[in-house]
Amino acid sequence: MNAKLADRIATIVFYLIAFIIVLVLASLLGYVLYHGLPKLSWHFITSPPQIFKPGGGVGPQLFNSFYLLVLTMIITIPLSLGAGIYMAEYAKKNAFTDFIRTMIEVLSSLPSIVVGLFGFLFFVIYMGWGFSILSGSLALTVFNLPLMVRVVEESINNIPRQQREAGLALGVSRWETMTTIILPAALPGIITGVILASGRAFGEAAALIYTAGMSTPNLDFSNWNPLSPTSPLNPMRPAETLAVHIWKINGEGIIPDIEAVSDGAAALLLLAILIFNLGARLIGSLVYKKMTSS
Amino acid sequence: MATQTMMYKKSNNSKRMAQLKSVSNQGKEFAMETEGLYVYYGKKEAIKNISLSFPKNGVTALIGPSGCGKSTYLRSLNRMNDEIENCRIEGSIIYKGVDINSPMANVFEVRKQIGMVFQRPNPFAKSIYRNVAYGPAHHGIKNKSKLDEIVEDSLRKAALWDEVKDKLHQSALALSGGQQQRLCIARALAMNPDVLLLDEPASALDPVSTGKIEELIGELKKDYSIIIVTHNMQQAARISDNTAFFYMGEVVEYGETEQIFTNPYNEQTENYISGNFG
Repeated sequence: MNAKLADRIATIVFYLIAFIIVLVLASLLGYVLYHGLPKLSWHFITSPPQIFKPGGGVGPQLFNSFYLLVLTMIITIPLSLGAGIYMAEYAKKNAFTDFIRTMIEVLSSLPSIVVGLFGFLFFVIYMGWGFSILSGSLALTVFNLPLMVRVVEESINNIPRQQREAGLALGVSRWETMTTIILPAALPGIITGVILASGRAFGEAAALIYTAGMSTPNLDFSNWNPLSPTSPLNPMRPAETLAVHIWKINGEGIIPDIEAVSDGAAALLLLAILIFNLGARLIGSLVYKKMTSS
Repeated sequence: MATQTMMYKKSNNSKRMAQLKSVSNQGKEFAMETEGLYVYYGKKEAIKNISLSFPKNGVTALIGPSGCGKSTYLRSLNRMNDEIENCRIEGSIIYKGVDINSPMANVFEVRKQIGMVFQRPNPFAKSIYRNVAYGPAHHGIKNKSKLDEIVEDSLRKAALWDEVKDKLHQSALALSGGQQQRLCIARALAMNPDVLLLDEPASALDPVSTGKIEELIGELKKDYSIIIVTHNMQQAARISDNTAFFYMGEVVEYGETEQIFTNPYNEQTENYISGNFG
């Protein structure tokens, strides 16, 4: 066959593959949203779940998912920034640094259920915190840290060396060069990493089943004192998230409308991730534009 | 300015002098000197025993074939080679009567007074204003009107003010290559240095921009001492007062530009100048 024909066939094949991928994604999203969107109502989003009667909602679970996400990010972002900057800038190129990098890669390929079980043994039992948001956050941190460190390190390495040199040649210290020149320029890459990690944290179930638990106490949303047992902000209380809830009612639920609740929760989960994703990108690009005046 | 020819100074046995050293009244005529400078990358000796004196308010060109060590030497002058792992510098670099190659020297202070412009323009991903104001702002000048003054002054000195005065708050990356390089020069000038080290500043630019930069250098030398590395011999002949010919990490000949280019003492210099190699 001649070159032109081969070229055409290759082009068609590539388009076909792309089409198949988009089709799979669209049907998955479409299926979930088709079945779940009609079940969403204000009542569903805000009221607590029922144990054996129909008509329950996922209000507390939605709140728990967001709260867990925020707490996890508060812990993960400073840690990964520090580790990423160290790996990119300060670590010498020797066997020890390579070893650290290998360990980080190994950590990133741990199955989430294993991380969950580790969290269970260490945070829940050994530290005595019981099923709690704190245990869940720390388990998710362990889960997310490798991805974030790698993203931060790569974003920093993508900034050309000449920028660093330009800063140093003006008599500015390495640390100041890093924080005022390199990090602002690396911001888009880092934000992408944060969004990816948040998506994983928000939709994670296996790591949270045995750390944040599968139940939620009765929450009094008017009580904002983090130390009180009925306050939603109390980090030592068990907190079932949306994803865990879906798993639980499909596995052990005895309510008559399992399917409705499950479909609605799944659609809500997808929508929440989508909105968060778009919102974070928007904020990220605004911050970047402001910092680089472009 | 000295009118007699400066011969290549053979440094006798002062091979390694890493302690603080004071120079006599020679400091008045010279902006900077190196004595017995050696630069090693690991085991490899890249710069061998270089002793040069750079006149104040003049332009000194460092020429030589690729890989002869001119950029390495230039980068040692403001301690930029410290950033490279495995790089060791021995010998003295004397600036204002102090050996700045000693561990006791304040590297940040050195770089404030000895500025550098690199081969490829490297403006920060910030606005033009913030690029130029970056240095002074990070060394303590917070007063906005003072910063405005410094920015305008530096941009005027770099012959860029008229082109950018209406778009100071736009991104520096939107400028053309020649403008970016002049911005980098303005950025270095904003620190009010004594010495400017230019590492092939026009090699990545088109002839028109190159011409503007050369004109600029001619103006700047009245207030600053300039040391420029260049691949382009015609450029060296055009703009410099003194020229040093580097080969394989050593200075083969150093003297007034006119003498080097019309009547070099050394045969190697003659070969390089007439284009027989390199």
